[in-house]
Amino acid sequence: MAKRLMEGSEAMAEAAIACGCRFFAGYPMTPFTELLENFAKKLPAVGGVCVNAESELEAVGMAWGALATGARAATGSTGQGLSLMQESFSEITLAELPLVAFNMARGQGDYFQSTRGGGHGDYRHIVLAPMDIGEAVELTQRAFHLADLWRNPVLVQGDYLLAHTAEAVDVEALDFGSLPDKDWSVDGSGGGSGQSKVLSPLGIGKTNTPGPGIEGQQLAVVEKLGRIAAVESRAETGFLDDAEHLVVAFGTPAKFVRYAVRRLRDKGLRVGYVRPITLWPFPGDTVAEAAAGKRSVLVFELNAGQMIDDVRLAVLGEAPVRGIGGISTDHAGFGVGALLDVEVIAGRIEDAVAGQEVLA
Amino acid sequence: MNEGREGNEPVLIPVGEKTPSLLQTGEHDLCPGCGEPVAIRILLETIAELGLSQSTVGVVGIGCYTAFARTLDVDLVQALHGRAPSVATGFKRMRPDTAVFTLQGDGDMVNEGLQEVLHTAARGENVTCVLLNNGVFGETGGHMTATSVIGQRTKTSLEGRDADYHGYPIVIGDLLSRLEGAAYVARGSVQNAGAVARTKRMMRKAFESQLAGEGFSMVEVLTMCPTGWFVPTAEGPEYMGDTLGQVHVMGELKAR
Amino acid sequence: MSTVVVRGTVHIDTDACKGCDLCIPACRPGVLVMSTAVNQTGYRYPELLPGCTGCRACLDVCPDFCFDVFKYEHPIEVEVGS
Repeated sequence: MAKRLMEGSEAMAEAAIACGCRFFAGYPMTPFTELLENFAKKLPAVGGVCVNAESELEAVGMAWGALATGARAATGSTGQGLSLMQESFSEITLAELPLVAFNMARGQGDYFQSTRGGGHGDYRHIVLAPMDIGEAVELTQRAFHLADLWRNPVLVQGDYLLAHTAEAVDVEALDFGSLPDKDWSVDGSGGGSGQSKVLSPLGIGKTNTPGPGIEGQQLAVVEKLGRIAAVESRAETGFLDDAEHLVVAFGTPAKFVRYAVRRLRDKGLRVGYVRPITLWPFPGDTVAEAAAGKRSVLVFELNAGQMIDDVRLAVLGEAPVRGIGGISTDHAGFGVGALLDVEVIAGRIEDAVAGQEVLA
Repeated sequence: MNEGREGNEPVLIPVGEKTPSLLQTGEHDLCPGCGEPVAIRILLETIAELGLSQSTVGVVGIGCYTAFARTLDVDLVQALHGRAPSVATGFKRMRPDTAVFTLQGDGDMVNEGLQEVLHTAARGENVTCVLLNNGVFGETGGHMTATSVIGQRTKTSLEGRDADYHGYPIVIGDLLSRLEGAAYVARGSVQNAGAVARTKRMMRKAFESQLAGEGFSMVEVLTMCPTGWFVPTAEGPEYMGDTLGQVHVMGELKAR
Repeated sequence: MSTVVVRGTVHIDTDACKGCDLCIPACRPGVLVMSTAVNQTGYRYPELLPGCTGCRACLDVCPDFCFDVFKYEHPIEVEVGS
C-alpha cells in the first residue's frame, strides 16, 4: 500500500480499525475530538459502532459493555476527560478487561495520571507514548494486542501534535503474534447451566464457580502487573556510546529533543538520549544503564516535573538529574507552547551541560 | 392425618418450586422482609418463561441486590454504582440479539446514574432496565435517595424529608416515560401477592418490547426495606403503600 | 369433629425462614401461622394448618424462597379436631 498524507487523528482511527477495533465511544474535547469524528465516520462502514456518549463517564462505560462481549473496544479523551473516567479505569483493570484508551493530551502534564493511575487502588495501565504519527500507527495496534495478551487496559499517550498534524503514513494491519481465546467473555449462553459467568472487578464468581474474592482478585492483578513490568518496557536510545550527558524525553517533544541532540553533536557536544516508549512499565533499567557514568542526566518534559521522578528512581543517585523542561502552552492551553522549539531545547541542553542555570 | 380415596396416597402436582430455576441457591443475607428477592424472582421467572435463559445478559449495579450477582444463574457483567445503563448500551450495540437487562436500585439509578438512564432511554437503547425502588440507599445503611418521599425518615433526613431542606423526590418512571425513545415503562410493586402478579405481567411486557426492538423498556418495582424504613417486617407492605406508593404510583406509564 | 377440604399443600424450608411474617396475610385461605418454636437462626417460621388451596401466594411473596407449593390431583378431606 502507498503512503498517504494523513492527519494523526485519522491515522490512529484507521490503525485501530485495521487491527479489529469495532467499538468506540467518546465525548468531544480538544484535541481528542477529531479522533472521535474519525471513528464515527469509519466504524459503521466496517459494521462497527461509534457512540457519541453523553459524557466521558458513559463513554468508558459503553466501552466496558462492548469489551464484555469479547470485541475490541476503545474510548478516549484528553486529560480532563480521562480524569472523569478514572473510577472505571481502576475497576476495568480489576475486572481484567482489555480496554484501549487514547489520551490526546494537552501537553505532558498527564504523565502522573497515566502512569500512577489517576484512579483508586493498585492498578496500572500499560502506557505507550508515540513520538510521531508513523509510530502512533504501530503503537495503536500494539495497544490492542497487548491489552488482549495481558487482559489489562493499555493507554495510548497522544497529544495535540499527533492529533492535528499530518504525516505520510501507510496504515496496514500489523501482526504481533497469536493471542489466547477470549473464553472469559459473556454471551448469555451460560444462563441456566449452573455454569453461568459474571465479569466482575470484585472477584466474586458464582455460587457454583466461586472467584478469588476481593482481596484475591486484587492480589492476582498486582501479580500480573509485576509480570507485565518484567517484559513490556520499551525505549529508544541514541548516541550512548560516547555520551557524557544524557537527555531523557517522551512523546512528540522527544522528536524535537532527538533533533536537537543531533545538531549539538554536530557541534561537538557529547550528548546522548533515551526515549521511553512505554511510560509504564518505565524502562528504568535502560535509563539506569544509560545514566551510569554520565556527568548529568537532563529531563525534558512539558510539565512541572513528572517523568523526572521515574528517572531519579532509575538513576538512584549515580548521576545528577536535572529538569530542563517546564510548563509551556498556548493561549488556549492545548500544549503547543514556546518550549516546543528545537532552538530553545538545544539552548537549554547547552546551558545545562555548561553548568549554567536553566530557566524553568 | 390425610386420607386418600380408596386408601391410596394422594397425588401431589407441583405448582411452584421454592428456588427459581435461574438461581444457583436461594440462600442470601438480605434482611428479613426485604422486597428485593421477591422482585428478582419475578425477573428470573420472566426470563425463563420467555425462553431467554441462554440468550440473556444482565448488568448489575451496586446495592444490596449486588449479592445476587453471585447466585443468579445468568451471564452477568458487574457495573459500577449508577453505571449499568452505559455498560448495557455498549453490550447491546455489539450483541443486538442478546436480551440485555440492568438490575439497579434507586440510589444507583436515580442518584448516581440519573444521567445514564435518561440518555439510555432517550436514545431508545433496546435494553430493559429493572429498578428496585425502596426509597433508600439500603446497602450503606438507609440513607435518603432521590426517590425518598417527603416526610420519610432516613439516616440523612432524620426528622423526615423536608422539601425546603432536602428538595423533592424524582418520580423516575414518570420522567422516563416522557422520552421519545422509551417504548415501555411500568411501575409495579411486591406489596402483596396481587401486586406481584401484576408486576410479573409488566416484566413480561417489558422484555417482549425489547425482543420486538421497540426501544427502551423499564420496570420499576417498589420493594420493602423494613430496615431502612425503621418498621417491623410485617408492616413493610402497609408502610410502602402509605408512603412511596402515594408518590410513585403503580401502573403502566407508557406502552407502544 | 368436622372436616376441611384441602386442595393443596406446601413444603416449608423452615431453616431458610427469617421470620418476616409476610406469608401470613398473603395466604388466601389463612392457613399459615407463625410457630412458637424458633429455627436454627432464632427466627419463628410458618406452620401449615389444613385448608391449603395451592394458590402459591406464599411462594410469590416470600423473600427467602421457603415454599414449595403443590396441588392435590383430587382434593382431600381432613378431619380437624374441635
